Amino acid sequence: MATTITMPQLGETVTEGTVAQWLKQPGDSVEKYEAFVEVSTDKVNAEVPSPVSGVIRELIVKEGETVPTGAPIAIIDDVASDVQPAPTGSSSPSEQVAAAAQRPSPSSGQATNAEANRQGSDEPVPGGNVGTGGPSFSAPAQSNGASGNGSASGTAPGGVRTSPAVRRLAREHRVDLAAVRGSGDNGRITANDILAAAQAGPSAGVAATIGADNAEYVAPAATAVAPPAATPRPPGKPTYASARPGDVIPLTQARRIIAQRMVDSKHTAPHAWTMTEVDVTNVWKWRAREKDAFEKNTGVKLTLLPFFVRAVVESLAAFPLMNASFAEDGIHVHREVNIGLAIAADGNLVVPVLRHADQLSIRGIALAAGELIDKGRRGRLGADDLAGGTFTVNNTGANGSILSAPILVPGQAGIVTSEAIVKRAVVRDDDAIAVRSMMNVCMSLDHRVIDGAVASGFLSDLKKRLEAMGPSGSL
Amino acid sequence: MAGVRAAAGAAQTQAGVTMTNVEAVRTTLHDALARDDRVLIMGEDVGARGNVFLITKGFLEEFGPQRIIDTPLAEASIVGVAIGMAMEGLRPIAEIQFADFIYPAFNQIVGEAAKVRYRSNGDYTCPLVIRTPYGGGVRGALSHSVSIEALFYHVPGLTILAPSTPADIKGLLNAAIESPDPVLFLEHKKTYRSVKGEVPAGYYTIPIGKADVKKAGSDVTVVSFGYNLHQALDAANRLEGEDVSVEVIDLRSIRPMDKTTILDSVRKTRKLLIVHEDNKFGGIGAEISAMVAEEALFDLDAPIRRLAGPDVPAMGYALPLEEEFMISTEEMAGAMRDLAKF
Repeated sequence: MATTITMPQLGETVTEGTVAQWLKQPGDSVEKYEAFVEVSTDKVNAEVPSPVSGVIRELIVKEGETVPTGAPIAIIDDVASDVQPAPTGSSSPSEQVAAAAQRPSPSSGQATNAEANRQGSDEPVPGGNVGTGGPSFSAPAQSNGASGNGSASGTAPGGVRTSPAVRRLAREHRVDLAAVRGSGDNGRITANDILAAAQAGPSAGVAATIGADNAEYVAPAATAVAPPAATPRPPGKPTYASARPGDVIPLTQARRIIAQRMVDSKHTAPHAWTMTEVDVTNVWKWRAREKDAFEKNTGVKLTLLPFFVRAVVESLAAFPLMNASFAEDGIHVHREVNIGLAIAADGNLVVPVLRHADQLSIRGIALAAGELIDKGRRGRLGADDLAGGTFTVNNTGANGSILSAPILVPGQAGIVTSEAIVKRAVVRDDDAIAVRSMMNVCMSLDHRVIDGAVASGFLSDLKKRLEAMGPSGSL
Repeated sequence: MAGVRAAAGAAQTQAGVTMTNVEAVRTTLHDALARDDRVLIMGEDVGARGNVFLITKGFLEEFGPQRIIDTPLAEASIVGVAIGMAMEGLRPIAEIQFADFIYPAFNQIVGEAAKVRYRSNGDYTCPLVIRTPYGGGVRGALSHSVSIEALFYHVPGLTILAPSTPADIKGLLNAAIESPDPVLFLEHKKTYRSVKGEVPAGYYTIPIGKADVKKAGSDVTVVSFGYNLHQALDAANRLEGEDVSVEVIDLRSIRPMDKTTILDSVRKTRKLLIVHEDNKFGGIGAEISAMVAEEALFDLDAPIRRLAGPDVPAMGYALPLEEEFMISTEEMAGAMRDLAKF
């Protein structure tokens, strides 16, 4: 039987995908859940797992080609590995039956036995005794064919159920569950198996991709894993994260896209640049007053970012032209205010998007941003997390910068930075000299959309809003 | 009626001797009466009869009828009168002859005693101890076998203690008498004479709300109390021979519950078995399971397992029915083994 594989929809708003790289060639066999193609959309790369075990018959789409979601991209002959694929690529019904019969299924057989045993020892007692029966301690391994969505309930490749502890430990130690031999009942992988595999070192199954345990969170079709740079590479091969003098680091798909977009932006949008300095003494005090309780209550660190983003969205409301895109048919002034947050994750620049940021309180922004940043650091941003930005904020001050000239995200009219906060002696309006916490805010703008007057108005509005924030405010 | 804590030490428990659970209850009560003349005992047959388990035998003669009070068969009155005494400065120890008889006193315990401190905004407290023997396995049938902890552990303001060894009984009964708030003190009657252990000399208390790791282990955590605890220890010791290492936690204090000890252990072993004699549905195992699932889900390497009594109205008198109700040591060993190899 042949299965036609279609371009998966990597995120609700995504309509097309590009085949970045075929990981399998015609004639190669592929296991169910094994990644066989890398698809890229925007800046997300996703390794797409095969829905069936079989042999690749045909690759319909070439590398680099973009097709709509749902379009056929490959055909896999869905046969067991111990059965030769028919030369014509199609098998008769009787061959299919034979293949199914020969398909080894030791785990399901044991599960059936265990199930029978359990029922035998757990007869209901007259009088309604249902209290002493325990849960099923067999791991009723779902057969691959019978359960298409087994992965959603924490099923590892191969259909074996994994416990929360196993999944957590595998993630922490980057152990590929598919490479671990289970020592528990019915071959279940135990927590100790993971620890043993982790101790045994990379040869014993350090994940080549974190796609396997990602199945815990998303169904295979929607699996969006981190860009390739997030995954460990074999020792010796230079990577972006471990660059040494003399290295030539091969371009990953993510790095290519970053490069392309930076060049596009710089070549297309005439960048202008402006800056203001903001007295953040009061808002900094406010943050200091709230941060311990906030972190205790929410688990999220309270940084200056949510205060800054809140001020930015308020200023964007006052200057809607800043929240716009240049196109041939005119300047599109966006209804939505979706703030991109530039962060560094695993050697890549990613810009997850805080959707409808104008509808969020400072607290809401902090929580939503915290989640995005956490996802980014763990390489779990999906296409939807990265799409739809209308304006971007970059906290360059986190690394100590006091001045920067950011490149616009293509299609956006502005990007602002919050630079490092430094204490300075400041001459105030009444000629008094005071020690104040000062922060530079820099902005690049698309001069096709915005002229200097609008830009200056926006920046001084932003400055006023930030300086008006203080400990009496409400998160 | 002045406090006479100064008299402590005048009456000593036998120094570091081995005794049964029932002897531990008796000597601890005796010492409390001797140490503090605010302490008094009231209940059915506690005076002339000396309690049905002979716990207070001789107390009436030694301490007199004002402090050893035989009451009518009226549990609501026993607890209600004791609440009034406690609020006015005495340290009454009310006895409910069998836990099965506690229901008439439910309103006094839940509606009154547990709420005194709250209702009076701290002006009054209720330093009351309600002792009662509970549990089955002694051919007690319908009205002498019940476990009641689940009926009361839902109630804030109430402390519930259920120690299982003589040393814990002494330390926790002393703590209960010292406590400014009401304590329901549960004594498993099957352990009264079947469990022996060494009891330290002199006055001491054990902190309320602290569980005790009775046996350390690394593969499976078992949380239990009462008679079941001793079976669990037997089963765990047997499994040592099979190279299965079981950690056995004696809950001792049912409310407040020692989350820390349970969570620390589960985080180590990653597997949890809860054993209690009371029926499973809505039993304290449900609370422990929920707490562990909330706080340590990602440390669990197996489904939480509960062994508990069946959902039937009462324990049968016929031996096979009683045995069916009680959890056997073999069942416990089996559950531990299953969890270990899961």
